Amino acid sequence: MKAGSKLEKILTSGQFAVTGELGPPRGADVEVIKKKAEHLRGMVDSINVTDNQTSVVRMCSMAVCKLLLEMGLEPNLQMTCRDRNRIAIQSDLLGAYALGIKNVLCLSGDHNKFGDHPQAKNVFDIDSIQLIQTVKQMRDDGKLLSGQECEGVPKFFIGAAANPFGDPFDFRPIRLAKKVEAGVDFIQTQCIYNMEKFREYMKRVVDMGLAEKCYILAGITPLKSLGMARYMAKFVPGLDVPDYYLKRLAGVEKKKQAEEGIKIAIEQIQEVREIEGVAGIHLMAIEWEHKVPEIIKAAGLYPRPEVN
Amino acid sequence: MVVAERKPIKEILAMMAEYKKILLVGCKGCVTVCCAGGTKEVGILASALRIAKKKEGKEFEVIERTLERQCDPEYIEQVASIVENDGIEAILSMACSVGPQYLAKRFNVPVYPALNTTFIGGALEHGVWAEFCQACGNCVIHHFGGICPVSRCSKSLFNGPCGGSAGGKCEINPEVDCAWHLIYERMKALGKLDDMAKVFPIKDWSTSRDGGPRKVVREDMKL
Ligand code: SF4
Ligand code: SF4
Repeated sequence: MKAGSKLEKILTSGQFAVTGELGPPRGADVEVIKKKAEHLRGMVDSINVTDNQTSVVRMCSMAVCKLLLEMGLEPNLQMTCRDRNRIAIQSDLLGAYALGIKNVLCLSGDHNKFGDHPQAKNVFDIDSIQLIQTVKQMRDDGKLLSGQECEGVPKFFIGAAANPFGDPFDFRPIRLAKKVEAGVDFIQTQCIYNMEKFREYMKRVVDMGLAEKCYILAGITPLKSLGMARYMAKFVPGLDVPDYYLKRLAGVEKKKQAEEGIKIAIEQIQEVREIEGVAGIHLMAIEWEHKVPEIIKAAGLYPRPEVN
Repeated sequence: MVVAERKPIKEILAMMAEYKKILLVGCKGCVTVCCAGGTKEVGILASALRIAKKKEGKEFEVIERTLERQCDPEYIEQVASIVENDGIEAILSMACSVGPQYLAKRFNVPVYPALNTTFIGGALEHGVWAEFCQACGNCVIHHFGGICPVSRCSKSLFNGPCGGSAGGKCEINPEVDCAWHLIYERMKALGKLDDMAKVFPIKDWSTSRDGGPRKVVREDMKL
């Protein structure tokens, strides 16, 4: 056991894992977090807490992770390289571990141009793959990047993201291999809609032996409406929403689109479960946390395994 | 070269609001090549200022000069007699931002930049320039097929492309090429894709601006 988090225990015991996601509020309201988190209780094994996602200022991921711990839930600290240099990154990692956080997801981060402070100076001192290396060095060698020994070694279960739909497609499995080489333990993918392409990606990943070296959780985001599906298809770079889903949503009346979206998500979960090398799902129900129990139950993923 | 562009005329006029006589100095270096501050642009800006001041009914005189370079004290000296004897109230420099700083160091009159110094780059086509270098102080482009990830990838990634790369374009803007897509294509063409599979280590930024203002000292050239 590297970190002994619940997520790690479930994955290493060969059980299908389910992770969820919680976006902190654009303010200091704790109640919002509690409400969202309660929807996820018992439904997911670990909850990703986003780090100022899309570069919009939100409550800090570490604080929200701590609130989740206090609620008896397991957090997964998302950490981007956009807003912190190596000094702040290592300092935050030490602090996070001291608070009891055991999972960390290493990301480069969305560019600040997208967010609510496009005037900000960005950092990008290191990149996501180098961040994986950093966390691993701290954990396995007990050393900071400077070579300084850690007084108390942070033992994290190290995660990273992968986008099978980014270009160039042929490079995507190689990039995953780099994350594995850097020391990643688990991967959460970008939302999958183009199942055919994902299958092809996973085939290559499995052929390269990567699925044995890290646990791959397939990213699922239920489509709430035709509008959302269209937006994602058109405006989210590196996201692939095939036309047949747009048509399918357009085919039902507006009131019923949410229901249809959930149906699609459940089908997608069934499909990814059949794909070799998929060790779990990462369910990103963005501002739709209350639908998570319904989806998880309908997908036959409830109850979640108990570990100790 | 250093690429620059002229500030909006309104901003320059606001800088010049209180002056009746100024020296406008261009530069024959980089800013001539990128058509921002050479003899021609000095002439255009001088006329624009004269016309605007005349419209406001204000007395205004501009003396125009274009120096060989403004990043060299030797050439700065060439305007000394004008600045010191001709009642110059302010100097407006059309060089990259090194020029106005050299002028300010030499002369006891207020100096203003007429240009925004934008980046180290080159022309892509007539009238279009792009950034190619961020002067990190330790060039590593040979690892990336001759393409600079520091300046040309929006996130300065060393192990890209990130998940936002789509159709050869960067996630920040469909008008911006994804540097890492270019690196991939180039490495493929060079038969060096295997190199791209290696994790590139963390960069030492101490040679960059992060190490404080920089200086190059060449002992062999010191007099
Ligand atoms: S690697 Fe550094 S020196 Fe070389 S082009 Fe890029 S920024 Fe400039
Ligand atoms: S899309 Fe390409 S250029 Fe833009 S940030 Fe990602 S890797 Fe860098």
